[in-house]
Amino acid sequence: MSTITLRAAAAEASVSAPPPAAARRKAPKGKRLKYALTIAVFLLPSLIPLVMFVLGPMVSAAWTSLHSWNLIGPMQWVGLGNYAFLLTDPATHQAFLHTVYYIVGYLPLVYVGGLALALALNTALKGRAFLRGVYFLPVITSWVVVALVWRWLLNPSTGVVNTVLAWFGIEGPGWWADPAWAMPSIILASAWKDLGFVMVLLLAGLQAINPDLYEAAELDGAGWWRRLFSITLPMLSPSTFFVIVLSLINGFQVFDQVYVMTGGGPNNASQVVVQQVYDLTFRYGQAGMASALSWLLFFVILIVTLIQFYGQRRWVNYD
Amino acid sequence: MTSTALKNSTLRRTALYVVLIAGALIMVFPFVWTVVTSITPGATLTTTPKIIPDDPSLAPYFELFDRVPFARVIMNSLLIAGASTILQVVTSAMAAYVFARLPFPGRGAIFVVYLATMMIPFQVLIVPLFAEMKTLGLINTYWGAILPTIASAFGVFLLRQAMSTVPYDLDQAATLDGAGHFRIFFQIMLPLIRPALATLTVFAFLNTWNSFLWPLIILRDPLMQTLPVALSSLQGQFSTQWDVLMAGSVISIIPMFALYVFAQKYIVQGVAGTGLK
Repeated sequence: MSTITLRAAAAEASVSAPPPAAARRKAPKGKRLKYALTIAVFLLPSLIPLVMFVLGPMVSAAWTSLHSWNLIGPMQWVGLGNYAFLLTDPATHQAFLHTVYYIVGYLPLVYVGGLALALALNTALKGRAFLRGVYFLPVITSWVVVALVWRWLLNPSTGVVNTVLAWFGIEGPGWWADPAWAMPSIILASAWKDLGFVMVLLLAGLQAINPDLYEAAELDGAGWWRRLFSITLPMLSPSTFFVIVLSLINGFQVFDQVYVMTGGGPNNASQVVVQQVYDLTFRYGQAGMASALSWLLFFVILIVTLIQFYGQRRWVNYD
Repeated sequence: MTSTALKNSTLRRTALYVVLIAGALIMVFPFVWTVVTSITPGATLTTTPKIIPDDPSLAPYFELFDRVPFARVIMNSLLIAGASTILQVVTSAMAAYVFARLPFPGRGAIFVVYLATMMIPFQVLIVPLFAEMKTLGLINTYWGAILPTIASAFGVFLLRQAMSTVPYDLDQAATLDGAGHFRIFFQIMLPLIRPALATLTVFAFLNTWNSFLWPLIILRDPLMQTLPVALSSLQGQFSTQWDVLMAGSVISIIPMFALYVFAQKYIVQGVAGTGLK
């Protein structure tokens, strides 16, 4: 979820809203009890599940990560042993490297593509609402379907992509069946799915830019590229920042499409961190190790996000 | 504008259209190809289907329903996504009312805790949640799939923002008329934040319908699986029968497309709203 909205909201929550008249008056005891009961009735249906299924497990995961546990037998205390092991484990390094590979391939594709689309579909064109709708279609499709369909499109022998390439005398690669092409295949499918999402986020940003700026620039004789780099991109920087933060948070958690397209293969070539957490838990029965790895992942995401918030003042323009 | 400039801009506009339509075709092609494959029986590893099948037939769909309890899987998906959505919207709206209208000491802190949970990656919760569900005896049950999705920090946040824009005068007038918080909630708040409720409903349904990792973990019995999980396991059984796999994909896409046609406005608003509003 959005860390930006989160920060803004946290700031806002600390400024208390004007309380309704009933609460401001010093109420008698019976009335106060009734007020407390009302709050409980409204809040608990959401707070209880939050504690039971989010906060509780969060704490419990930290505890589990300090143990060796196969999900069935008793837990054995190992202290920070799991973490020490993971930090030097080549398979873990590989999984993080593959995850970073995914992000580095995916982010420029969706950002540049999404920006181009947003710019094109922000101009007064006939049928632009329809076109926006079309580009958005993959966003509402589940990752499993996207992965399955792309596995079929990129089928090395009879997939339509390689068939079309063959018409032009190009011998297509082995895509997901080839260790060197497995990750590019996943990146391609993911970019296709998320392009419309990034487009909508950037469109919202573009529409918030004051049109007077462009008018003034045009009077000064600034060309299209000049306006793009001097007005659009600087004014769009909060949206860009949001897209990058969100893409990194989601990118580090990439799983569904990997699980369906390659399962982490071939030959572990696309094994990512969450796939590793899944395999550790349900294939190797190392639940303690898996918990430790998921906490490590959380720390990495947290640090990367904090670095971005720290670095944003250098380039993000909130005027 | 001079005539060359005019010509230039028409040219540019035409080029833009060509590129945009070509791009749109690339976006749509995988869907078209999915449908084509699903009505080309025998699309296997040895042939590439034709874009206009010689002999289209629904045989792959029949095979799918014959060999997999697919009707049951669709029902599972509907039930889980439906129940999750309703519970998410109801509990979020109620909690949002507290954060918008019922001040008490410590409320701000609780709200920050809600917001903080949005940053927890779900993967961290997998192991303990699975263990918890095992203790509760909820593995392979609908409740096991539904319960962890109920508390929606995003939903609470979205609806609280919407409720904050409702003027206090309305509550005060109702209070003077003797209305309690329940009546204000149902008769003033909910009707006034209908667009936000619609956005949350559509989003909650979309997310639970498409959700994969948790249902994959908790629903091990083929009779209990949801569509995405069943589809991914179909891949194991029909690894080379792409016609059947694509038939399954078409079936799981259809409800989302239908929803999209009717609720496009709310979906796009919801996405843009998670941005910088």
